[in-house]
Formats: sequence, C-alpha cells, structure tokens
Amino acid sequence: MNFPATLKYTKSHEWVKVLEGGLVEIGLTDYAQKELGDIVFINLPQPGDSISAGVSFADIESVKAVSDIFSPLTGTVKEINSAIQDSPESINKAPYEAWLIRAEGEIPQGELISAEEYQALLS
Amino acid sequence: MEKKTPLYQWHESHGGRIVPFAGYLLPVQYESGVIAEHNAVREKAGLFDVSHMGEFVIQGKAALANLQRILTNDFTNMTIGRVRYTLMCNDGGTIIDDLVVCKMEEGRYFLVVNASNREKDADWIKAHLSGDVTFDDVSDTYAQIALQGPASPGILASLSNTIPAKYYTLIEQGTVAGIDCIVSRTGYTGETGFEFYCKSADAERLWEKLLEAGKGAGLIPCGLGARDTLRLEAAMPLYGHEMSDTVNPFEANLSSAVKMDKPDFIGKASLTGKEKPSRIRVGLRITGRGIAREHFPVFAGGKPVGQTSSGTFCPWLKQAFAMALVDSAIAQVGTPCEVDVRGKKVEAEICALPFYTKGQK
Repeated sequence: MNFPATLKYTKSHEWVKVLEGGLVEIGLTDYAQKELGDIVFINLPQPGDSISAGVSFADIESVKAVSDIFSPLTGTVKEINSAIQDSPESINKAPYEAWLIRAEGEIPQGELISAEEYQALLS
Repeated sequence: MEKKTPLYQWHESHGGRIVPFAGYLLPVQYESGVIAEHNAVREKAGLFDVSHMGEFVIQGKAALANLQRILTNDFTNMTIGRVRYTLMCNDGGTIIDDLVVCKMEEGRYFLVVNASNREKDADWIKAHLSGDVTFDDVSDTYAQIALQGPASPGILASLSNTIPAKYYTLIEQGTVAGIDCIVSRTGYTGETGFEFYCKSADAERLWEKLLEAGKGAGLIPCGLGARDTLRLEAAMPLYGHEMSDTVNPFEANLSSAVKMDKPDFIGKASLTGKEKPSRIRVGLRITGRGIAREHFPVFAGGKPVGQTSSGTFCPWLKQAFAMALVDSAIAQVGTPCEVDVRGKKVEAEICALPFYTKGQK
C-alpha cells in the first residue's frame, strides 16, 4: 500500500491535500479503498453545502457495504468531483487522484496526521 | 468459536479475506475482488468452498413417507439421481428452512440444508420422524465444493467421466481426478455448474485439481461476496432474507415448491386458503441513484408498502437491484416505487424475477 508523504491523513482514513488559496482536496486512502473492496457508488454533497469536522459528508458503497466519509474540516464544499460519481471504481484504481470534494474552512488542531503517523496507526 | 472448513488453510495462504459466516470461517473474497469473481462465474468459471452447508441422510422403508409429511414438495415421482428444491414449514405454515432433497436410491435420501439452520433442522426433523426410518447428520463427513460458470462442463470433463447430463440431477458414485465424490449438477449462481461432495480429507486435493484443470479456461477461486451477488442477480432467495419463520412460501413467491394437492404435510392446514397472499416477494430495479440493501422501507404513492429483503449492486447487469416483500396490490411489474436509502428516497420500479437469466448479456 502506498501513502504519499506529500499528503496529510485523518484517523478515519481520508487523505487531505492543501491546494493554493486555502482550498483542500479530500479523498480516501489506499488502505480505505482496499478495505472497502470494489466501490460501486458514491453519494457526494453539493457545492455550497456546509460540512463539519468529524461528521460524515458523503457515503460510499462497495459491493459489500456502505461506509461514511468524514470531513477533516468545518466549512463549505466548493467543488465536487462529478467524474467519480460516474466511475466510482476509479477510487480503487487511483485513490490519490480520485479526490471527492474540494472544500474551504477550518481544520481543527490535531485532526491531521502525517503519512508516517498514519502508517503507524494501521500497523 | 467458528469452525474451519477443510480448505481453510488454502484460503488463508492464497489471499482469501476470512470472515465469520454461519459459524464458519470462510473467505469473503480473494485478491481479485468481488466484481472480478462475480464476472468470472458469468463468463468463465469460479470455484467456491461451500463446506459450511449441512448434509443429512434419511433412510428406511418409511423415508419417502416422512419426506412427504415433513417437507412441502412432492417426492413421490422422483427417480434415482434427481435433486429437488423444497421448503420445510412449521405448523403455522411459515418457513423453517429451504433445502434440496437428492434421491440416492429407493428409501435413501440426501438432504442439503443451510449451515445456519443445521441444528434447528435436525431437531425438527428428528422430532417429526415416524415409522421405519433413520436420520443422520453427516455434515462433518463431507466437504462441498461448487464449480460454477459456462466453462465448468469442459473443466469437469477434463477430470471425470461422471458428468450429470441434466440440471438438478446427480451421480452418487462419482470420481473427479481420481477422488471419490458425489457429483451434482446444481448451484446457487444462476449458471451451469456442479457441486461436489467429497470426504473432508480429500477436499484440498480436489480443490487444487479443479483449479489446475480450469486454469486455461479462466477458473478462479471465489468467496462468499460473489456467491451473494450472484445469487441475488439470479434472484435466488436466501434464508434469513427472503425467507424466515415469519414468512410463508406463498409470500416468498415459492409456490412451485409447495404441493397443496399432497394429502397432507406440516403447515398445509395453515396454508390452505392463503395461496393469494396480501404481500409477496418482488424484484426491484433501482432506477435512481443509490443502492438498496436489506431492511430498507419501500414506498408507493407516498405510502409504506413493504421492505427490502436483500439488495446490492449487481456486477454483471451493472445496476442495483433488490428483492422486497411488498403489498400484493403494487406487485405488478412496472409499478413505480421508492426505497428509503438511509433517509433518502431513491426511485425504483417493480421488475420481473430473475434479474439475470443464464446467457444474458
């Protein structure tokens, strides 16, 4: 499994990439996609929706089960990746390219961990 | 403490993701994943460890009379080597289990029951046997392996001369790759296929021989995940989902397994007059965005009309389907309805069963 050092991670298995201008991109880690198995459906919020740190903002369905995806920040959804709604399997194929939403807001202290810390958590 | 099947070590050492199921530790999938395993069975072939299933032997002069009374189907016209699907009901006419009955010879039958119901079934049958008949739970004697998919007849032919020609028939004294086993042309995937019952000690050898023989034909090992999506896509009912002791066979849409013209069977009195139930199992095609799973409420015209019994994304049809128990008034194919998917109403429509039929693209 692959955990790029350039990204930050949550303990609930999301990855976070800080973009220019304070936007953050949120996706699912390689570990999460592997645990879920074949992903077949994703239910994303709408741009403009409010999201809260530690609260589910989307659900994702694998063949086996449904899982929540938790927000690392409190703020607003700016953009959604509508391409992955049509091809949710791209999350299995390239989890760090298949971002789910871009959002803006406040990330609580201690919410994000490094790739190293995340890997330690999994072992 | 969950039991291990004779193939447990093999699954573990070949990337099987092990989960507890019906009292056993079984692989839910291998590295290839549920969708690849599902599609392998539709296009080529898949191999399943189904050793958790229970097997009983009922024999004696009164064996047939006992089956006629305890089970809902009619076994009087069965020839040796035939397999028949049936239900077992309680006095109230609701379902104790669904099972298959195999006729091995006059007065000797082999029954295959659901793993989770094995003890309940054995107790029920033993308590209702009468006359010259014996009952044996032989589940721990047998391992069961299912070879399923359009390539399976060819794979079997490369290892065996004992190939049952017709669906729902079996050969008791079969040999596959030199290993003695019952060879049955049955399955739970909606495809052509075979189920082998061999001695536990022979299970790994038979499993490996089959995998090796099927390698060139695209045979791969498959887990419980694909078994469930395949059976759902083929709209095959599963005990604990489409059937339970609160559902009668007519409600489960399984009237073909109930012979009301038999003189008597346990549950018949309660079922008499209930042939047209007020609620019935139907198929739902999910036309909106979402996946209906089990126990989701179903609405039609804004009113609650029932509940899903199982549902998933069907990998071969590439669409979500579900089965549901709904008011008979809305059971007609084409009726629009909605499924409450975790608080969100998702559009669906009643559709014909099965969702998938053999050979359908």
